[in-house]
Amino acid sequence: MKLILNEEEQFLRDTAKNFAEERSPITHFRSLRDNNDPILWDKDLWSEMSKLGWPGIMIPEKYGGSNFGISGICVVLQECAKTLTPSPLFATGVLGAFSIKTYGTDEQKEKYLPSIASGDLTVSLAIDESSHHNPYETELSAKKNNNNYLLSGKKVFVIDGASSDLLIVLARTSGNKGDSTGLTLFLIDSNQAGIDKVKLDMADSRNYANINFENVDVPSDNILGDPEAGGEAIDNILDIGRIAISAEMLGNSEAAFETTLDYLKQRKQFGVLIGSFQALQHRAAEMFCEIELTKSSVMAAMRAADEGSNELQRLSSLAKTVAGETLHLVSNEAIQMHGGIGVTDEYDVGFFLKRARVAEQIFGSSKFHTERYANLSGF
Amino acid sequence: MTDLSKFREETKKWLDENCPPSMRNGADPKIPTDEVWGGRNAKYKNPESKIWLDRMGEKGWTMPTVPKEYGGGGLSKEEVKVLNEEMFFIGAKQPLLSFGIWMLAPVLLEYGTEEQKKLHIPKIIKGQIRWCQGYSEPGSGSDLASLSTKADDIGDHFLVNGQKVWTSYADKADWIFALVRTGPKEPKHDGISFLLIDMATKGVSTKPITLISGKSPFCETFFDNVKVPKENLIGELNSGWTIAKKLLQHERAFISNFGLAAGMGSKRDVVSIAKKHLGEENGKIKNTFYRSEISSHKIKEHAFGLTLKRAGDEGGKASATASMFKLYGTEHNKKRHELMVAASGINGVAWDGDEFEDDDKNLTRAWLRTKGNSLEGGTSEVQLNVISKRVLGLPST
Repeated sequence: MKLILNEEEQFLRDTAKNFAEERSPITHFRSLRDNNDPILWDKDLWSEMSKLGWPGIMIPEKYGGSNFGISGICVVLQECAKTLTPSPLFATGVLGAFSIKTYGTDEQKEKYLPSIASGDLTVSLAIDESSHHNPYETELSAKKNNNNYLLSGKKVFVIDGASSDLLIVLARTSGNKGDSTGLTLFLIDSNQAGIDKVKLDMADSRNYANINFENVDVPSDNILGDPEAGGEAIDNILDIGRIAISAEMLGNSEAAFETTLDYLKQRKQFGVLIGSFQALQHRAAEMFCEIELTKSSVMAAMRAADEGSNELQRLSSLAKTVAGETLHLVSNEAIQMHGGIGVTDEYDVGFFLKRARVAEQIFGSSKFHTERYANLSGF
Repeated sequence: MTDLSKFREETKKWLDENCPPSMRNGADPKIPTDEVWGGRNAKYKNPESKIWLDRMGEKGWTMPTVPKEYGGGGLSKEEVKVLNEEMFFIGAKQPLLSFGIWMLAPVLLEYGTEEQKKLHIPKIIKGQIRWCQGYSEPGSGSDLASLSTKADDIGDHFLVNGQKVWTSYADKADWIFALVRTGPKEPKHDGISFLLIDMATKGVSTKPITLISGKSPFCETFFDNVKVPKENLIGELNSGWTIAKKLLQHERAFISNFGLAAGMGSKRDVVSIAKKHLGEENGKIKNTFYRSEISSHKIKEHAFGLTLKRAGDEGGKASATASMFKLYGTEHNKKRHELMVAASGINGVAWDGDEFEDDDKNLTRAWLRTKGNSLEGGTSEVQLNVISKRVLGLPST
């Protein structure tokens, strides 16, 4: 497991970096927010990203993708996160693509993967039901009704849930809330009768929804993976998602830090650059070190995922914890070091703080993963 | 057969014939082991330690890349790799620990005269002379260049007066390489020279330093009208700071490697200590407050280990990050010891006597010793300064 990018990944990174800087600087995100855009990402931009092949990075070539794996998409997400580029790439290109390519039947793959790769189909993963991430707490029920299932219940905080075409829903087919068994994944058209999507207004101005299911009728052919084995599948899917969101959070941290460092080298007070104050220098140096640790953690985790290492779970929790704590620190320090302008809406640095706190909650906070790391490490 | 594979055959054969049984894999654990530092007064519990040192020293393989004319092995980088591999293969011990090898010899090779190289390097390589380092002074710690131990030019020799501190093993060393003031105090960097002093000279005395953790290798070293021959000056007069900086680089590289290896490979494990003293339930540390703190720490250390690996994979070219490794290596080590002490309860602060186990008492000492890690070889604050200025390019006041 080499912790350096290969040539293809470096090329992807450079492409993504140029794209993000030229096509979606932070002003792009700001205008979506200011215009109360109903889906908070831009369809034209997404079609440009799709032409570059990004939604298909994790999809096998036979289904129209490029099969660069999780590492490939992580470097793209990291660069896009530096300019806070909003897009369906995470929910569709990572969670959707990975779930279906790993657990789908041949028919399901044929049906969905090519249109995911082309950017025509967007996907959301519906997991959580309460304020804290915990997939086993699922109560949304799927009751067998002849050859079909009837789904009833509520999912919250579904990423891209306000706009996605296809939903992957974790439902309880047996057992009780809290059991890791008795869970099943379903593929459901988001426009199906009985589904009610309520768009959420979150601090980071991204696309989320709460989704109510009332006797939604789903054929058993739409089960993703083995029935009753959704608990195991979702752990694996979530670990891939955790690594990808960690890569985004790393990009967020790097950008917020760079902006702050630039500011320390420009802003004068008491007749000198504030970057000459040791009180700020040492805190900047500590942030630099934490970001270096985050880079290594994310890279080790994405390599483990691509290589099918048995360390995947532990490294995924490691990456999410470290990325979360680093971004927490950097987003707070960025505001403090910018002083007054840091807390104005006009200045971009506040966006990083808002994005940070939402991203910290996605698929488990640092606390959740510190606990999981201990469990997986045998203490 | 290529030259390199021929060399491998010869090396394998030589090691097989010359590396004593107790100096390699499969050594009888009942035979006492030595920490071999060489020198005039070296004592050996195991005579084979001395045999191994002499044989390796004779080959020049304690410094295999140094040219043969200075007593080194005269090997190429590729040959050194082969030698290391073959030594690793049979589990051969390093024959000699030496500040001469790690710090002084590289500097002599760069700045010494032909006579100085021929005089000192072979004795370093053979482990005949044990060196210590005279840098810090009571008034000059992080601000090393403010040092005031002076060497006055009085015609045919220097007369040295002053005091050094933190000289490791000064009480056991034969010679000292020291920074002394030969010029003006201002500008402070321009009046420093690099001088070699025989510890047996009249007027040199040492006194061991007891640390908060107990006995230590550190000493104070005093110079009272010590006569030092002119030919013991290395480099130009008043140009010692350049040499000192070069030597500090060798030292830092050594400390971070050594410190990290020691920290990472430590036999003490915070999890087993916590399970022992706080109890265990379903394989978990029973106390959830300690458990979460320990997990947070383990995650940090894991991430740090991955960062070391990444630096290696990148080819170690990021020398600017050496300060980060020194900083985190030592701070993590301190934190880990704090956690072990806390998890041990009153056993973690045991000092002496039969009521406590050796493991507990040793932990107390080890914990106290870690407090020096973030001071020696450049304090954590100095590392933060280096990162701020050299890596981040932040301005000076």
